[in-house]
Formats: sequence, C-alpha cells, structure tokens
Amino acid sequence: MKTVNKPVRKKDAMQLLTGQPVYTDDIAPANCLIVKLLRSPHASALVRKIRKDIALKVPGIEAIYTWEDIPQDQRRFTLAGQTYPEASPYDRLLLDRRVRYVGDPVAIVAGADEKCVDRALSLIKVEYEVLEPVLDFRKALDYPVLVHPEENWESLSRVGADNRRNLCAHDVSSEGDIDQVLSECDVVLDRVYHTKACQQTMMETFRTFCSIDAYGRLHVVSSTQIVFHCRRIIANALQIPKSMVRVSKPRIGGGFGAKQTAVSEIYPAFVTWKTKKPSKIVFSREESMTASTPRHEMEMHVRIGAMKDGHIRGIDLYTLSNTGAYGEHGPTTVGLSGHKSIPLYGRTEAFRFVSDVVYTNVMSAGAYRGYGATQGLFAVESAVNELATELHMDPVSLREKNIVREGDVMPAYYGQINTSCALDRCLARVKEMIRWEEKYPAKDMGNGRVRSVGMGMAMQGSGISGVDVGSATLKLGDEGTYCLVIGAADMGTGCDTILAQIAAEVLECEMEDITVFGADTDASPYDSGSYASSTTYVTGKAVEQCAYKLRQKICHLGAELLACKDEQVEFDGKTVRMMNRIADTGTSGSKEEEKPQNREAERSVSLKEIATASMCGNEISLEASYTHSSPISPPPFMVGAAEIEVDLLTGEVSVLDYAAVVDCGTPVNPNLARVQAEGGIVQGIGMALTENITYDDKGRVLENSLMQYKIPTRTDIGNIRVEFESSYEEAGPFGAKSIGEVVINTPLPAIADAVYNATGLRFYELPITPEQIAMGIARRKKQQDERVNSATGKITVR
Amino acid sequence: MLININLNGKNVRSEADPDLLLIDWVRAQGCYSVKRGCETSNCGLCTVFLEDKPVLSCSVLAVRADGKRVVTLEGIQEEGAEFGAFIADQGAEQCGFCNPGLVMNALALFRENPNPSEEEIREYLAGNLCRCSGYEGQMRGIRAYLEWKYGKSHMENEG
Repeated sequence: MKTVNKPVRKKDAMQLLTGQPVYTDDIAPANCLIVKLLRSPHASALVRKIRKDIALKVPGIEAIYTWEDIPQDQRRFTLAGQTYPEASPYDRLLLDRRVRYVGDPVAIVAGADEKCVDRALSLIKVEYEVLEPVLDFRKALDYPVLVHPEENWESLSRVGADNRRNLCAHDVSSEGDIDQVLSECDVVLDRVYHTKACQQTMMETFRTFCSIDAYGRLHVVSSTQIVFHCRRIIANALQIPKSMVRVSKPRIGGGFGAKQTAVSEIYPAFVTWKTKKPSKIVFSREESMTASTPRHEMEMHVRIGAMKDGHIRGIDLYTLSNTGAYGEHGPTTVGLSGHKSIPLYGRTEAFRFVSDVVYTNVMSAGAYRGYGATQGLFAVESAVNELATELHMDPVSLREKNIVREGDVMPAYYGQINTSCALDRCLARVKEMIRWEEKYPAKDMGNGRVRSVGMGMAMQGSGISGVDVGSATLKLGDEGTYCLVIGAADMGTGCDTILAQIAAEVLECEMEDITVFGADTDASPYDSGSYASSTTYVTGKAVEQCAYKLRQKICHLGAELLACKDEQVEFDGKTVRMMNRIADTGTSGSKEEEKPQNREAERSVSLKEIATASMCGNEISLEASYTHSSPISPPPFMVGAAEIEVDLLTGEVSVLDYAAVVDCGTPVNPNLARVQAEGGIVQGIGMALTENITYDDKGRVLENSLMQYKIPTRTDIGNIRVEFESSYEEAGPFGAKSIGEVVINTPLPAIADAVYNATGLRFYELPITPEQIAMGIARRKKQQDERVNSATGKITVR
Repeated sequence: MLININLNGKNVRSEADPDLLLIDWVRAQGCYSVKRGCETSNCGLCTVFLEDKPVLSCSVLAVRADGKRVVTLEGIQEEGAEFGAFIADQGAEQCGFCNPGLVMNALALFRENPNPSEEEIREYLAGNLCRCSGYEGQMRGIRAYLEWKYGKSHMENEG
C-alpha cells in the first residue's frame, strides 16, 4: 500500500500548531448576542415564581426566556446524538418548570456583552419549591420520589424504561445455565465494583453560535461530533421543521464523546430563532464540569467461576447504571459493560448479563470514550485478576488459557463471529514488553517503596452494527484534484486525514491532491457522526467504495474522450489509457509500428485533461457518492500492562511504565493510531488514580474546575509504549478496525491489580487515591498489631 | 482607561476596562491563537509572552501590560511553525486546541534553556494540559526538534 498504513501528517496539523482561527469561538461573528444560562442551585425543585422584569432593564439585555416561554406539554426530546428512533428517552424540555439537578437551566439570558448578561443573571429572582431529591442511585429504582413524574415523558425504543419506577432502561441477556455452571465451578468469585461519573475534559468546552441565513433558516455552527443528529435535536427542541435547520462544524477542540450530546446547541438556537439575531454560547469550564454529559456512574456485580486448572466457565454480571437527571445514552452505554467485557473469555459455557439504568437528581450522564465498556472491563478484568490470585495462577497465563480467538462465536457479543483477532499476539507481546516474568508481582525497593505490575485486556466495537451509516462524496475538480466531502466529524482524531489516505490509496493520487470538507448538514452526505468507534471502519469503507466508483466515472469520461469503450481503458491515477490488446483490434498493426510514440499519445488522456473536459460540454458527472453500513461490528482488541511504584508511607502511586499492544486491524495511519492509544491510556490512568467525582449532601458536584478535577499532567506519567499486532479485518477498509475507544480501557484493571500486587490491598472503586492506600496500609498494620498484642497477651496469661 | 501595548511588534492604543483580562484583550485584537480552557489558571492554553516571559494571559489584567511588549503565536509564526512541524510529524497536535499555549511555552523553555533534560522539559511544561495526546507524542516531537536544532550529541550529553 502506498498511502494507507503510512504515518502521514494530519492535513490540518500546521494550521492548528500555528494557532490559526479555525474553532467555533474564533469564527463567530463579532455582533453575536452573548447567551448564558441561569442554573438551578437545587437538585430537585419546582420553579414557583420567576421575576425577570428588573433583569430586563439592564442596558444591553436583548431577551430573557424562562419556562413560561416553553409549552410544558410539548413533545419532549433527548439531547443524545443517536440514530432515530433514539434509545434515549424523550425526557427534556428546553426549559422545564421542574429542575432536576444542581445546574439544570432555569433561564436563558441574551445580551450585547458578557458584562450585561452576568449582571442580568444576578438580578433574576427565582422562587423555588424545593423537593426531595433522589441522590442515591442504589436506592433510586422504585423509590417513592420520582425524577420524571410528568405525563409527556416518552420512551421511543423498547429498552424496558418506566419513568414511574425511575427506570431509564432494563435488559437481560444470557446463554446457557449460568447458575448451574457456577455451581459446578471449583472457585466462584463474587465481587462488586464501582466507577464514577468521570469527565471527558476536552480542552475546548462546549460552544455554539447561530445565525439566520439568506433563506430565513437557522444556521448553527457548533463544536459537535454529530451534525446530522444535532439538526434533528434542535428542530425537536424548537418545534420547527428540520428543513429549517442547518448544522455545520468547524475544527473541534476535542470531544471524547462529550460532543455526541447536544449540550450547548439548543440555547443559542432558541435565542437566534426568536430574535433573528446571531448569538453564541461558550460554556465556562465550571459549566462543563457541572452541567454537561459525563461518564455513567456504574456499580457492577460480577460472579465469575473457574476450575482449579484455570478454565473460566461462566460470568454473571449485573450492572446498575446512573443516568442522572436525564436519560442521554443511558439505555445504550450500559449494554457495553457486559457485551464488551464478557466476550473476551471465549471458553465460557454460560453467561448472564442483567442491567438497570436509573434516574437520579445529579447531572445527566452521556457518552465518554469507552461508553460503558470501560466500566464493565474494569469490573470483569479486575475479577479475572483476583481470580488468578485465588487460583495461584499468573494473570497472563490465566488469560492465555481463556481468551477468545479468531473464528470463535461470541455469544455475549450478539452471537457475532470473531472475524479478526490478534488478542493472543497482543498478550504475548505485552508480556515481553513489560518483562512480566521478571517483574510480576512486585519488588520491594527497600526504601519504603514497592514496584509492581498489573495487566488488563480490552475490546470495543467498530461502529454500531446495522445502525451506523457512513457516507462519502468525492468529486474531481480543476487540474485533476479531488474534494472528499464527509459527514463524519474530525474532532482532532485525524479522520479527515485517514479518510483522505483511504481515498488516495484507491485513486492512486498524492495526499495533497485531496481536500476534505466536513461536516455540514446542507452539503455533506448523510453520516451518523463520529462516535461508537465508527469513522475508520464504517465511513472509511464508504470512502473506499466511493473512490472505486469515481474511478469508474473517470474511466468513463476518459474512454469517451478516447472514443473507445469503458472496458478498453485503464486508469493509473494520472492517466486514462487505452489498453493495447484492445486497441490493436480493428487497427492495422503495421501502422502502429510506424509511429509508436504518436500512437501512445493519442491513446491516453491525462486526469487534468479529463477534469478540464468535464467542465465543457460534458454530461458525465465526475462526482460519486457512496453510503455504507455494516452488519457486523468487528472488535479491536488491546492488552495493557502497568508498572507502578507505590510509596507505602504516603500511598502515592507513580505509573513508571505502561506497555500496550493494540489490534486495530490495519492502522490506517500508524502515527495517529499510536497517539490515539497514548492519549486513551493517559485518560484511563487518570480515571484509575486521580479523577474523582464527589457530591455534597445537596447533590452538588464538588470537582467543578481543573483545580479539583485532576486530569494527568505530563509530570504524572512515566513512559507510555504502544505497539501494534494487527489482524486483518476483511470487512474494513484495507483491513482496518476501530482504534478510538478501546484504548482507554486497560489502565483501570491493570493499575488496580498492580496496586494489589504492591500493597496486598484490593480496591473495588475508582479512583484509587493515595489516602485510601495509606489508610488501607495503616488499617492493616493496626489489625496486625492488635493480633500480635492479643496473641502475646494470651501467652502472658498462661 | 487608555492603554498602550506593543502587540507583536506594533503599538496598539486602546480603551480598556480596569477588569479586562489580557486574554480577552489580545483576542479582541484578532490574536485568536490565544485560547481559554479554564478559569483557574490550570490549563496553560492562554500562554503569551509579556516582556519575553511566558505568562498566563487569563491571569494578567490588560492594564498590567500597559507600556509593555506582548507577543502571541501570531507574532512568531516562523519560529512556531519550525518547532510545530516536529509535533506534526508525530501526529501529536490532535485536536490542536492546546497547541498554541504549548508551542509558546516550549519556545520560552528553549530560549531559556536550549539544552533541557527530560525532567526539565516535563517540569517546565507541566502547566500545559493536553487531553488528547497523553503527552508522549509531544515529548517525542520536542526531543526530535532539539536533536535537529542542536544536534544529536546535544541530547545524548543530556541523557
């Protein structure tokens, strides 16, 4: 391959590195009204009275909207960017008289500048009827207090939701008789794990600007992963026809799933639709931390059974997921906690996976890289690590015995066949990279510090099978260059570049010959959007096929210019040439031999000439579109191992080294795939060790800034080493599968087990903080001392 | 009040409210490379040079820069691109939103200390957060740049 699997630079790299104005707030018109939201200080309350008359008198204030401006009996909607009919319930209003978490919008204020808007916000008088909130997600199901008691709550898909029970979704799936199988096992481990509502923390917070176009339509420019879903969500929220909404995205300053939910779009959209004036909203970091769309908090109850020889025979998982005040991505994330953890163990005879998703009065959760798999893999992989200890086996050997192999049917993965899998090679290579044999389990450094290792495995999907749609349009332009138009969103991942690489491979052209445009609902071909690890695999395939289609069209016009049939020409990326063997028929051989060079010139036409000819008296379109959807979602696989050092006195954990091997099929761009992996690993390390979420007794998130919510800095991490062991996925473009999400999953179980190997303490909740480790060590020491004391006491009595 | 700032080599006279932050002032002058990622001086995205020293422009009042020289990435495009190319060659720019702050602070480091150790690089740039890259690619880019700029032996001596 000439372009695919090559580490080419990202097409927008130098623009980004030299700070060009390409993001939403850089290109917003200067005359935008500034939009801000007044937010509820209560976790659950009814707005009894709201007075805006004084606030409206602040010079510069354009409009203030409250629940009184929104029909409370209108059809509700979801902000989740999902294919219609969404699995997420329709449970939102633009402004609801009932507020359901600390941060829920109570009023929208629009004014000439920030100062007047801030002043108006402070002058709005709200009288609340404070209600009892539902704050404990373990008690939420069938709790006497309802988060969504309203009549117009609606669930469009069969996900087992019931708002009268605080239930956003419920599901059961199984294969075999799990209770029977577990009863036959030599060892059954029964454990409960807990992960929190971690924040994506992309550097660019949520932001959107809107204006009215020449046709009176609403043009929304937003930092979003999902332009097409956004169009539907905005139209639903504003109760206007979808044809009246256009959504486009400029460069995006990171998403990680956060921008798969329309967190900020509807508010300026409403302001601009009402006032017909341009407006913009830029979320503060505090708003992004407290009123956004973080990971679903989950509690996972794992039962795992094995024989003494290490054969894992069954996994039983119950996941309780906390969707918070609204159901965005609630019914779907929870599924991954089981369906993307249990299938790693291909030798099991039975599994059961039951899930409940409950409403509570905290910020609504949403999509975050890993999307439930992260949580489930922490639980299942931690259980397997502990099982290894119980069985007196090495965790790597235990996996070698049990992992899913290529060609296996995966009952817990919807019965899909494992079409491409190098998990075994990933495992073997990680073992070498970290020097597992030498380092497992731990080494006392003799200075109050212990070094240890731990490992974990992961899988994810490549798009949502049978649902996600990827499309591409390719056109030939002046001088034989191409324009690739997509609806997928490059949010820094480099999809504009890797999709161009795929096109360049097929069209046999240089990367410089392809420009990429995306994404805009008016101009782009339909694409579900960039989420669910779909872009490389689903949209990538559409690009590949689209490029083949355009090749045919180029050949068609070329053949016409050469006055021959399509079958008589071939295209090498630069020239359409009439093939000799066919050219010879019907012409005199002797003539040909006389002037071979002239003949050659006559028999070919350059791409540039074809492009020029296409713009004059031409009726052959040199534009192709292709739409693709995949009936399967081939999982990428990954194995990671951490080497850490624990300070036994302070409990501080340093990650010295992280070795990881990924099977993402063919890495379309090895540089970008590597950086995806490195970035994901560091996010996983953050989730394992430092990124905490706590609430006060009123349901307020305490980690509301980067001061409190500690994402890793470059001094917090040691070396990250990533390698690839590639399988070849026949259904993917040039053998590719996804990379974006799988990479976040392994550090959680790997680090938790390394902490156990260093300290003997098992942690079932993340993050594992120095305090917890230090206190755990102190507690154990106290217990040991007491045992010694009581033992010596007995001796003296005797 | 009236302030006079030398921005990227040009004198700019403007009216500024006493509470106007330098970040908002430079953006109002069209220097959009300067980004805001937080309100708590944690992220490093808004780094500019004030009298040749890197500062967080979110934590400096515009009036503080009165009579002083301010340089943003717009003012040192060539130098920025020369270094940035090495980050690009790793694919480590990713979403790009933290890039201008990183480039500014890295250039400040190289000016202060053209021969930084791994530890010194990490320490100096600790306040430049990045959520995409996991920092490894940035570090590779920085090492490659220093090697290219000052020669292979340079980094080896540092080793």
